[in-house]
Amino acid sequence: MFVALRDLRHARGRFALVTTVVVMVALLVTFLSMLTAGLARASTSAITDLPVDHLAFTTSEEGADPDVTSSRVTETEWEAWAKEPGVSAADPLGIVTTRATAETTTAVTTFGVDPGSALAPAGLADGEVVLTAGAADDLGIDVGGELILDGEAFQVSALAEEDLEYSHTPVVWMSLADWQAIGARGVADDGSVATVVALTTDGSVDLAAADAAIGTTTVSTHDARAAVSSFTAENTSLTTMQGFLMAISALVVGAFFTVWTIGRQGDIAVLKALGAPTGYLLLDAVGQAALLLVGGVAVGTGIAAGAATLLGGALPVLVSPATTLVPAAALVVLGLLGAGAAVMRITRTDPHAALASR
Amino acid sequence: MDLRLDDIRLVYPDGEGTLTAVDGVSLRVPSGTTTALLGPSGAGKSSLLAVAAGLTRPSEGQVRIGGEVVLTPTTSDPDATRLRLDRIGLVFQQPQLIGSLTALEQLELQAHLRGKRRSTVRAHALELLDAVGLGEQAHKRPATLSGGQRQRVAIARALVGSPDVLLVDEPTSALDQERGTQVVELLTRLGRELDAAVLLVSHDAGTLGSVDDTAQMIDGALSNCRSGH
Repeated sequence: MFVALRDLRHARGRFALVTTVVVMVALLVTFLSMLTAGLARASTSAITDLPVDHLAFTTSEEGADPDVTSSRVTETEWEAWAKEPGVSAADPLGIVTTRATAETTTAVTTFGVDPGSALAPAGLADGEVVLTAGAADDLGIDVGGELILDGEAFQVSALAEEDLEYSHTPVVWMSLADWQAIGARGVADDGSVATVVALTTDGSVDLAAADAAIGTTTVSTHDARAAVSSFTAENTSLTTMQGFLMAISALVVGAFFTVWTIGRQGDIAVLKALGAPTGYLLLDAVGQAALLLVGGVAVGTGIAAGAATLLGGALPVLVSPATTLVPAAALVVLGLLGAGAAVMRITRTDPHAALASR
Repeated sequence: MDLRLDDIRLVYPDGEGTLTAVDGVSLRVPSGTTTALLGPSGAGKSSLLAVAAGLTRPSEGQVRIGGEVVLTPTTSDPDATRLRLDRIGLVFQQPQLIGSLTALEQLELQAHLRGKRRSTVRAHALELLDAVGLGEQAHKRPATLSGGQRQRVAIARALVGSPDVLLVDEPTSALDQERGTQVVELLTRLGRELDAAVLLVSHDAGTLGSVDDTAQMIDGALSNCRSGH
């Protein structure tokens, strides 16, 4: 790094310029990463945080992807799942987004559950609802207040400990009977209905065989995020943007070091003529790029994480190692690949060129 | 240690044929002496220098330093690079200094390339800069030095590793007669003090009064030698 460090100092204007670009890209990528995770949580936390490991859906066509909006399971199906070896609990779960009115009116997602099941929050009974703190805030209501859902009145019996959301709406828990009564999925000829069957398994269940026998499609709660339409659309868009930004960053860094290395051809020829091995020169150049990238990415990521922490209440962002350190590491690695490809021309520089005048 | 070029022949491809740049040149430069290689443009002087420096491999012949064969037609690039680092000092037609390094750092770079700490050569580097009259300019970058000063830094850089051989390509081409003569005198004196074999390519015989020997090259071959001993 003998020459690299002095080049950085000597050409600080040019390096400051490209470092600023790296800082801004890192800031944007980190912010998008935190936003993607934050929006994903706002879309699916009520699903991923369920105290079960799998959800069984019905689909409109065989082989179609599970979708919460179109899935409709019946008592026959959750009873069949309950009899499968390795399944310790198979509980119906009704999910539907609707209007709720208290002091104000807002969209909420009702989760219909059997009051005695593991899915039900403490304090839930027929004719009562449990709200998340977010829903209570939005509606201007507290425990003991009256909430109108589809024209039916329910008393708020408790507030849930966790502020879970589904498709960017707060969650309201109610009994499955009440959920069916407000017309969420109607009533089937063979008994009550719900949206999905929530399964607690011991890992030994042959899910494919059970699905084939019962006529459902079962996925883990993590994979069930894809069944929430808002999650898939947002996640795909934001992840694509992050990918493009990372590619752009690698290209910008690669382009800068291509131009920089071309401008250094004379110096490189002289250094080779003086006895600098090609490997040394490559390490020197890549080290220079690493310094620029690590510095720029650290500053950009730090600013993004700091701002997100300060504005966390106002923005749906999630600050965690996965949303900050992982994209930062990816930016550095991709930038190094771009710079590495650019400085490879050092290997082709002929030291004989040092004899020519310049 | 002596520098010996034994029957060096250098042939380049030239269109469908070949071009003989150096044709069977043998030359000995004893240690502590300076030999000037004279000749018109295109005579093959710089090509011979490039062979002696390992920048170009000879088509035939070999280069010896102190009797040891160091360059042949089959010498690898890494071996030639190592040879330049350890045993050969190079001064180019233009100073070819690295723009981001100060005069002192140009010399310390040599130690860094050899894997030594800069501090181990700092005293020697400052001595050399003093010897070339630039002790006061040690912390200046090339852009703030004159052309003659830059060339003297380049000479000090070539000598800081105490090379066995110093190869110098047209060091006076950008200087007037008086400064050119001073540079050649400096090279001759330092070469003698450091016991290096100095081979100096020049087209300007008027600046070479201080050298020990001269050799004339025409059309790739030596035409005559004069010993100043």
